[in-house]
Amino acid sequence: MIYYATQRFLLSVLIVIVAISLLTLMLHVVPGDPATMILGPRATPELIEQTRVAMGLDQPLPVQIVKFFGRILHGDLGTDVFTGRAVSDIVFEQLPYTLVLIAVSILWSSVLGIVLGCYSALRAGTWLDTLSGILSVGTISIPAFVMALYAVLIFAVSLGWLPAIGAGEGFFDSAMHLILPAFAIGISWVGYIARMVRASMLEVMGAPHVRMARSFGLTEARIVRAYILRIAVQPAVTLLGTGVAHLFSAAVFVEVIFARPGIGALIVSSVNERNYPIILGAVLVTTAIIVLATLLSDLTVALLDPRQREAL
Amino acid sequence: MSQAQATVSLPEPTVISRILRGLAGNRTGTIGFVLVVLILAAAIFAPWISQYDPAAIMTGPRMAPPSSDHWLGTDNLGRDLFSRVLAGGRVAMLVAGASLGAALSLGLVLGLVAGLGPRWLDNLLLLLFDALRSFPTIVFGLAVVTLVGPSLFTVILVVAITSVPIYARIIRTQAQSLRNAEFVMAERAMGAGLPRILFVHVLPNVLGPLLILASMDVPLVIATEAGLSFLGMGVRPPTSSWGVILNDGYNFIRNSPWPVIAGSVPIVLVTLGFTFLGEALRDIFDPRLQKAN
Repeated sequence: MIYYATQRFLLSVLIVIVAISLLTLMLHVVPGDPATMILGPRATPELIEQTRVAMGLDQPLPVQIVKFFGRILHGDLGTDVFTGRAVSDIVFEQLPYTLVLIAVSILWSSVLGIVLGCYSALRAGTWLDTLSGILSVGTISIPAFVMALYAVLIFAVSLGWLPAIGAGEGFFDSAMHLILPAFAIGISWVGYIARMVRASMLEVMGAPHVRMARSFGLTEARIVRAYILRIAVQPAVTLLGTGVAHLFSAAVFVEVIFARPGIGALIVSSVNERNYPIILGAVLVTTAIIVLATLLSDLTVALLDPRQREAL
Repeated sequence: MSQAQATVSLPEPTVISRILRGLAGNRTGTIGFVLVVLILAAAIFAPWISQYDPAAIMTGPRMAPPSSDHWLGTDNLGRDLFSRVLAGGRVAMLVAGASLGAALSLGLVLGLVAGLGPRWLDNLLLLLFDALRSFPTIVFGLAVVTLVGPSLFTVILVVAITSVPIYARIIRTQAQSLRNAEFVMAERAMGAGLPRILFVHVLPNVLGPLLILASMDVPLVIATEAGLSFLGMGVRPPTSSWGVILNDGYNFIRNSPWPVIAGSVPIVLVTLGFTFLGEALRDIFDPRLQKAN
């Protein structure tokens, strides 16, 4: 297990390094000079030169990339050209909002999804199974940002039950402001997870080791918990790990639609002012989190199922 | 005479008749097929279906609910929403076709190189695919938009780049398993070269699942296009797009729900249509997968 974990960890570090190199390369492959891009067409040549030196753009490309890595290792993501603040400060100020939003969305949708999928598999063919099947297909086909628009339309505009703007202050208010955004992001995952858990439960329920456990006279509840679910949740765990990238994409829209602070809103506003250092920093941090999440889900699966440890 | 007719051999069932027969026996498949045909027809014949110019700002009622004049109502500038939805459908189908076409061809080449090439190249490409996959599509798209500016082409580029790894990985796995398949080894033993193995054995076996996957990816592409356009980072106004319609609708969401409804229903219909069709096609061509589900 330790060998497998080290191997996976090193691979993840490598992936992040390649991703960062791709991003910095992209910045240089594209025609146009980042300094001119930020300052706009009316900047004086002196100002452009000054910004180029400040951003380190006057040095050769390999030097720039190596220096960039060096700075990242020191936790320095560069400086925001407009305010002069450290990019890492700005990004980590916004990050908690997004992480809380994503965590709450994952939590409610995976708990409901696993329970629903479990129940549908154990009672396959009943009206609740059919209903959850129809609901799954229906919700999966609606993108998160469309769902967010309808959430605003129905619960905030028409009914006026829940707030639709901002993140709120204090615990209770923040929680109220979190309901609609977390609903919009999570709802399609309920369907996904339920369908996946149902399919893999049905598969595992016929496995020899389950019949064995039943022949030993174990109670049905214990069989489900200790022998079926343990294997049946694996595809869902993998899905969630790779799905964190989709969750971040969804969070971008949801933060814009609900006017919430967060890393998605930060990126969108930075695109509008063409503030490339902030975008680069924000993309780096999200990518690192996504790779970490994939790593964690792989390790969780390996913990649940020793057979997976050999596969890499 | 009648005897002569009786001996005429029946034409072998073609791929198309196999598909149609398979779809006819599958309820959701039929629904998906009908939806996809309707959507494609609406996109192709859009200018002839609606009498209004999708970009024309009219002096008539603004934010009007659906009526016999304007089937889906009008938006905040008095533009006819039905013709805007049709025009947006054209954009969506164009983006889907162009970006999936590019992603498929590039993925095919890279996947074959990774699957059949030397080991170090395979590892390098896999690393590259994993790195590309770890960017969230929309976030990556926004970074690209900052560099090259928002346009229809940017959307196509973003979708193509982010989908290449998915196709390339699948082709790589298929090519590797085919490389060691007995019938390919037999061919090689008989002296067949790489081109023959590639074009006669590997490609036909890989193409089917790939096209099915692509049809199931159409909804994802369209959601990305609509999403970027919604943020104002994709298709630019006055060009219509479902995302642009939704953005207008969002800005006036307290005045009228109709623009949001008009922009979102087509997205949901496209998703349902292509998903159902893709699932049905998968069942027709790969009965093994059907059993697994």
